[in-house]
Amino acid sequence: MEKKKTENLNLKQYGMIFAMLLIYIIFYILTGRTNATPMNMNNLIMQNSYVVILATGMLLCVLTGNVDLGVGSYVALCGAVAGKLIVEMNLGIIPAFIVTIIVGIIFGAFNGFFIAYLHIPPFVVTLGGMLIGRGLTYTLLESKTVGPLPDAFVKIGAGFFVSKKVAFGDGTIDLITIFVAIVVSILIVLAEVKNMKTRQKYQFATIPTWQTAIKLVATLGIIWFLFYKIARYNGIPIILIIMTVIVGIYHFITSKTVAGRQVYALGGNEKAARLSGINTKKVYFWVYTNMGFLAAIAGIVLSARNASATPKAGDGFELDAIAACYIGGAAASGGVGTIMGAVIGAFVMGILNNGMFLVGLSTDFQKVVKGLVLLGAVTLDILSSKKKN
Amino acid sequence: MSDYILEMNHIVKEFSGVRALNDVNLKVKRGEIHALCGENGAGKSTLMNVLSGVYPHGTYSGDIVYDGEIVQNRNIKDSEKKGIVIIHQELALSPYLSIAENVFMGNEQLQAKGIIDWTKTKNRAQEMLEKVGLYNENLDDPINSLGVGKQQLIEIAKALAKKVNLLILDEPTAALNDEESAQLLEIMLKLKKQGITSIIISHKLNEISYVADAITVIRDGQTIETLTKGKDDFSEDRIIKGMVGRELTNRYPERTDCKIGDTVMEVKNWNVYHPEDPKRQVLKDVNIKVRAGEVVGLAGLMGAGRTEFAMSIFGQEYGQNISGEILMHGKPVKIKSVKDAIDNKIAYTSEDRKNYGLVLFNDIKWNMSLAALRKFFSKNGIVNANDEILAAEKYKKRINIKSNSINQEVGSLSGGNQQKVILAKWMLTEPDVLILDEPTRGIDVGAKYEIYCAINDLAKSGKAIIVISSEMPEIIGTCDRTYVLNEGEIAGELPKEDLSQEKIMKCIMQHNNRKGE
Repeated sequence: MEKKKTENLNLKQYGMIFAMLLIYIIFYILTGRTNATPMNMNNLIMQNSYVVILATGMLLCVLTGNVDLGVGSYVALCGAVAGKLIVEMNLGIIPAFIVTIIVGIIFGAFNGFFIAYLHIPPFVVTLGGMLIGRGLTYTLLESKTVGPLPDAFVKIGAGFFVSKKVAFGDGTIDLITIFVAIVVSILIVLAEVKNMKTRQKYQFATIPTWQTAIKLVATLGIIWFLFYKIARYNGIPIILIIMTVIVGIYHFITSKTVAGRQVYALGGNEKAARLSGINTKKVYFWVYTNMGFLAAIAGIVLSARNASATPKAGDGFELDAIAACYIGGAAASGGVGTIMGAVIGAFVMGILNNGMFLVGLSTDFQKVVKGLVLLGAVTLDILSSKKKN
Repeated sequence: MSDYILEMNHIVKEFSGVRALNDVNLKVKRGEIHALCGENGAGKSTLMNVLSGVYPHGTYSGDIVYDGEIVQNRNIKDSEKKGIVIIHQELALSPYLSIAENVFMGNEQLQAKGIIDWTKTKNRAQEMLEKVGLYNENLDDPINSLGVGKQQLIEIAKALAKKVNLLILDEPTAALNDEESAQLLEIMLKLKKQGITSIIISHKLNEISYVADAITVIRDGQTIETLTKGKDDFSEDRIIKGMVGRELTNRYPERTDCKIGDTVMEVKNWNVYHPEDPKRQVLKDVNIKVRAGEVVGLAGLMGAGRTEFAMSIFGQEYGQNISGEILMHGKPVKIKSVKDAIDNKIAYTSEDRKNYGLVLFNDIKWNMSLAALRKFFSKNGIVNANDEILAAEKYKKRINIKSNSINQEVGSLSGGNQQKVILAKWMLTEPDVLILDEPTRGIDVGAKYEIYCAINDLAKSGKAIIVISSEMPEIIGTCDRTYVLNEGEIAGELPKEDLSQEKIMKCIMQHNNRKGE
């Protein structure tokens, strides 16, 4: 009876991380290490932050078995609203942000209402939203770029957290970044220990120690590599903090809350979800409203990084976000996928883009490669799960 | 040529080790209407699927002799070429296509390869429609503008358009009202005069006695007898005897020292209309009550409205214009959503566990906790994963779910174990009333026994239980009291002492006759 139960780590969960590392290493070789320079690592984070933020919201839509085609437009519209308010109406940054976020939420709720309560297919509703959002952006900006945005605003997208740089090697290193890296490492180890203790306390199956150790070493390795690189550059980008907080919150919501569970249940089997007491309309409504909220954040971040609001901003972001979810293992039919998967999916695409740019591949051909990677990742995922059954 | 158009000899068909058909013989004479009778699950539809090639040659054993030749159908197209056409219970019509298009669906009238000849299509469609007694229909109307009765006739017209020699009708009148049914039966007799042989599967025995020339009774996958008109007794009582004459030895565990307490749930004057057709009343003035510790059966034929009744109580998941009252422990309650129903301690397990009960690619514990998540496995909206695991382990042991662990995908479990997961899921909501809709459909005898044991345990712990089942022996074996539902009305209430399959069937027939008058 008191036999010790053990179970192995689910390797499939980590397949995409391996793929991401593999792609990184390939480009590391192809670019002769340029993709590992501190500046490039910093660029990787900054360039992909909006897609990561959008992918977290998009994942919820994908979990319901649908997508939101309008996010690129909402990003542009929200950026335009923020730029207009600050540059032309001289509103303070905080009030301008609040208005922008409200605009995003209203747009999302508008979609959510049609989808949840009028049963219009999300594809149609958000295709409409895509056109409406883009049209409103052009109208609002009169097809012109609004800028430049004040420095305090730009800092959100392109600035850095406080730093304390000291000379190191042939450059400098930021001690604050190193300190944060230490704190993060300790937290990760503590969380793992706590997890092991709970498993023992409740006599749940435990994961063999060596597997846990490998996982820990790998996680810490990636974190230290990243933090070391950005410490060698300018320290922690503000945008990394925003991104981490958002990813953390949504990871928590999807994995630990009733609300998150309801989204999975709805996507997995809507009829069964209804008969389990889940208000599926409410779930649809909030998923799409939330997408509007996150698009507003991404819009603010993007315009901050560009130091201006342009009508063409965010063009094609919806497809990047959707691709990130699918590459990260989400199922197009709904009910399967994780926030972490979507984040990794976003970085797989980011590393690809970045690497191809450094290698000097034309942007035209980059699209072909991205398309093939998306197709390949999803095909592999579906074939491997078919084999299992 | 022999006298028989069809002979099926010693047909055996297995599904993963379970014999659905065990040495079935069926002989159909040329030009007759042959009825196939048996309970749900007796094997009637399986037999017809073997005949029509849904189950291709090689997946069953035995011979099919059709028109003097041994046939080996590989698919439906093969059998249709020979003039065997089956009309399934679920209509195979495309709702937005026109009547004419539907009549020739899959059998399009062509002028050249791949190009439809519309003149021919319409002329011939008109001809076919007249054969089934439809004279005044606009051929361009979409099929969904017609009622179910007419759609069923269109299905027959569609079959006739295919040069049919043997027409198989699976429960053709199940969804029809009396008038429509009568019309359909007249059409069958008319087709008989034109030399078309038919096989009809039906639960409505009065219709069968009226229309059939011979009746073959199937029970538990075996042919019991064939009755011939003019030679044998064709009364409903006689047919029922053949259908249900089964011995019951210990298939149902005994329920001991189970005290029946006060009324837990009472439903009064329950009226429900069809969700898409506000004029069609599905349930009429239904009144039932269940007491603590009592297992109440809801018997009836397919389409009697049992599931509709359960789902309309369970948070109005079925129907519209619902009126009536639900009392829990004597107090009226308002139940407008499934959440209300759960909060009022009502649980319902669906007859269709894969589509309405489980998220198949998620694991056992995830599925188990789903309905009770908000109430018992979370605090401030945050899931307590540890409690969840503990509960899942406990229930896995308690109702003996056979799986590697609680992390196994439910889609990979057997039907019986899936059903147990659903049962556990609803036990976790701590209900006072459990409505179990076909709790043992499609699962093996051993797992059935365990489900019955679980039902007994629940009753013993003071829960009120409603069992909906099409298998009459199951109702008789498990229930303390039974309501017989027929065409949306309570046809009768039978106490345990007075419960037998004959009584239930009689109850239904008498109700039908009363309505017919």
